Amino acid sequence: MPDLICIVCPRGCRIQVDENLNVTGNFCKRGETYGRNEVTHPMRMITSTVKIKSEILVRLPVMTDRPIPKNQIFSVMEAINQAEVQAPIKIRDVVIKNVLGLGVDIVATRNVEK
Amino acid sequence: MLNYDLVIVGGGSAGIACAISAFDHGVSKILVLEKDLYLGGILLQCIHNGFGLTKYKEELTGPEYADRYINELKKRPIDFKVKTMVLKITKNLQVQFSNAIDGFQTVQARAIVMATGCSERTRGSINLSGDRVPGVLTAGLAQRYLNIDGYMVGKRVFILGSGDIGLIMARRMTLEGAKVLGVAEIMPYSNGLTRNIVQCLHDYDIPLYLHHTVKRVIGKEHLEKIIVSEVDDNLQFIPGTDREIEVDTLLLSVGLIPSIPLVENIGVKVHPKTKGPIVDESMMTNIPGIFACGNALHVHDLVDFVSLEAEKTGEKVARFIKDENAKSNREMKVTPKTGINYILPCQVNLDNTESITFNFRVNQPFSSVYLRILLNGKVIKKVKKAFMLPAEMETIELPSALLEAGVLEMEVANA
Repeated sequence: MPDLICIVCPRGCRIQVDENLNVTGNFCKRGETYGRNEVTHPMRMITSTVKIKSEILVRLPVMTDRPIPKNQIFSVMEAINQAEVQAPIKIRDVVIKNVLGLGVDIVATRNVEK
Repeated sequence: MLNYDLVIVGGGSAGIACAISAFDHGVSKILVLEKDLYLGGILLQCIHNGFGLTKYKEELTGPEYADRYINELKKRPIDFKVKTMVLKITKNLQVQFSNAIDGFQTVQARAIVMATGCSERTRGSINLSGDRVPGVLTAGLAQRYLNIDGYMVGKRVFILGSGDIGLIMARRMTLEGAKVLGVAEIMPYSNGLTRNIVQCLHDYDIPLYLHHTVKRVIGKEHLEKIIVSEVDDNLQFIPGTDREIEVDTLLLSVGLIPSIPLVENIGVKVHPKTKGPIVDESMMTNIPGIFACGNALHVHDLVDFVSLEAEKTGEKVARFIKDENAKSNREMKVTPKTGINYILPCQVNLDNTESITFNFRVNQPFSSVYLRILLNGKVIKKVKKAFMLPAEMETIELPSALLEAGVLEMEVANA
């Protein structure tokens, strides 16, 4: 199998995953999980913005609260682009509950007081 | 005239971290001046995740990282003003600023920290030839338009330069429905973090053209197409390699330069490589009482390192204000040798610090090499390095006890 570059942190370890899903070349434990997931079911975090009614901002930054399957990225983006919220908003407030039934919430990443 | 112990110019990641640390080390009257509508700086437009792994051991987005620091700042009696422009700084440590509430004001400070960040190199600074049409803009500006203001700048995009902001924007524009046709990098290696090549380009099948650059931009009312060409080892265009690409947007991610005209104008010496000020072990410039940290000092890859450096600077500024600095001077000059692009700080008073953290960058990619540190010609430390890349800042901490007056050199040597 080809070498992978771990994207868990900026260290960017070059890792190898063999047929039995043994991971080598990783510096930390999270690299092991990443390597195994990457060859079986790659997952990614998504960050974007949604419309917000507020006195200060027009866009509220949001993210998936957990990684989603890589092949669902564009469907999730469509759902994010439909959403609109009203200030006040706090970091981690849920903007979309259980997006597309994936068991993942879209949450706010910025406090907006008014 | 207002009076403050410390005036910090810039309320982004460096300015906030420096203010908190200076306060915690005993500086009581601190003023932070920020030109934007809110504290937080560029972090607020960096909505992607990946911040805070070093500092907080968790993966935060830019606005979340900023929020933690802003909260810490607000817990302390530190004054700050937003929508405030600093107009002038003088050698005797006066700061002139203006805003809609206070009008024009002058502050007498005992120390000033430049935490003004950096600015993006533009079309002019790379002599990009062709028509002067809308549609050519810097990646960070496009990021602000998209993430803060909610505007897409184009639908068919090409990116010149493989810096991290360019890579992040390649993914961001793709997610929002644009077609990103490629990224060109004039050097034979990428200038961004490896993880960003993977998660921003490979994930979306965006090609990276190494040893390529944009030769010409073409358009009448708006950008219509660009000519991308391959370059040779001397960075000259190779004839016959031109390819025409139809685009409505060209984003430039061609480097960042510390933004310090306010102090450059009054005689702060500028480092030829970093383009930021030349500083000593306290992050102090050649004008006593004027300090710099964060991207105003040298461009960092990760905000975590900005925070750590700014916190250290806050501590050093506190020592300066409280007049606790050593009166003696055992000076050690710091010089980059083979393979090293720059090292900060440039000179160190060994009497003034127990240990020194050196930040440096190599000038080309290296693998399986040694980093060698020489003091007055003798090797005092050898560190094995599996990889070193120009895009990734390296750090090494040395105790002052190991050092002596003279010249410290760093070089890359074969294993």
